[in-house]
Amino acid sequence: MRRLAHQLLENHLNLGNVVFIGLQPRGIQVSAKMVDMIRELCPNDPVHYGVLDITFYRDDVREELHLANKTDISFSIEGKIVILIDDVLYTGRTIRAALDALQDFGRPQKIELCVLVNRRFNRELPIQPDYCGKSIDTIISQKVKVEWDKEQVILY
Amino acid sequence: MQLSTKHLLGIKDLSPEDISLILDTATQFKEVLQRPVKKVPSLRDVTIVNLFYENSTRTRISFELAEKRLGADTINFSASASSVSKGETLLDTVNNILSMKVDMVVMRHSASGAPHFLAQHIPAAIVNAGDGINEHPTQALLDAFSIKEKTGSLEGKKIVLIGDIMHSRVALSNIYLLKKMGAEVMVAGPPTLIPKYIKEALDIKVEYNLKNALEWCDVANVLRIQLERQNQVLFSSLREYNLAYGVSKKLLDGLKKEIVIMHPGPINRGVEIDSDVADSKQSIILQQVENGVAVRMAVLYLLAGKRAI
Repeated sequence: MRRLAHQLLENHLNLGNVVFIGLQPRGIQVSAKMVDMIRELCPNDPVHYGVLDITFYRDDVREELHLANKTDISFSIEGKIVILIDDVLYTGRTIRAALDALQDFGRPQKIELCVLVNRRFNRELPIQPDYCGKSIDTIISQKVKVEWDKEQVILY
Repeated sequence: MQLSTKHLLGIKDLSPEDISLILDTATQFKEVLQRPVKKVPSLRDVTIVNLFYENSTRTRISFELAEKRLGADTINFSASASSVSKGETLLDTVNNILSMKVDMVVMRHSASGAPHFLAQHIPAAIVNAGDGINEHPTQALLDAFSIKEKTGSLEGKKIVLIGDIMHSRVALSNIYLLKKMGAEVMVAGPPTLIPKYIKEALDIKVEYNLKNALEWCDVANVLRIQLERQNQVLFSSLREYNLAYGVSKKLLDGLKKEIVIMHPGPINRGVEIDSDVADSKQSIILQQVENGVAVRMAVLYLLAGKRAI
């Protein structure tokens, strides 16, 4: 995580033009932690942080009812560099929905994707992370679980 | 978690969990409505017909906006400008509309129980937008949402419904909902406009003196005098009604605390509520209308999610 935070800072020297957005529900812990680290590393820079819920943008609303979480983006993303943060990148459908949702908040200059775990196979859409903590190769029947209290990723 | 019912026919059929689910979902939709683009694509594959057999401004516009902001396709139908005047029955009309691949029906009808009848005969999900003198569930939900937003919670709150309780579907839906959510409910008005056994039947308080009622409550929901449904004289004149039961500034200023004033609309200014009260800071009448869209989006979203594919 610390490496990811440093990578993000290396690529974005001017934090004033950057916003961090965590994806509900499971990207919140990663993104909150990441943003805390970045705030610690650059105590004098403004760090914009929001959370986004993509429930209403899902493409499987009719197959299963999903309940919404809170969205809180209290700043404009117009012309900014948006860094989306999530825990696990798998099929890519969540990110697709997030890209749609972000359009409704404005037109960012650029959107980048940062994930803790990248499940490399079984992607269903052409989406790849710009920053990733760990790449793992899994098959569909396996499950990936991020356990926070032990700070480890477990494969089942 | 999901709703326990396929249709929203009345608050009577909902569980407290259903109500909480709708109100929580509405909070998320209210946030959507503050965005630059006030629209989400959740229901873009759903077609909804708004079937209005009775006049409406707020409810109809509110439902239509809610549908459009969920990305649904909508059709509007009003009985006066349709083949209903040629003698087509309710069921025939609806079946004809449904055969054109419509998924949900939002309906208002002057007969109590019309949506319940329809629910037994058609496969589409039905949302009751007011049936006769029975229920108006989305109004009660948006009232509850507004009270919650203004005062923090419903539990333990003292809410009085004032005026034409007898002919008000808003009153009945509100009573069911508030009781289920743990609020204390009182109805107030002239004895001729309050059903005789309502106290025993619904386990609520009844008060015939307006000042006592206002002194007791935290929130006062003032109802419209529904002259169109009164087929006999129930009070001598509107002026006399206003003198005895109209909510006036003077009356509110005389109270020990500041209460919240609500009204489901349309307002008869100078009858059940005076203009200076309706436009005062205490009144959340326009917030109620604003919240209506978010609450209706929540109801449509949750019901559409239940539809089998």
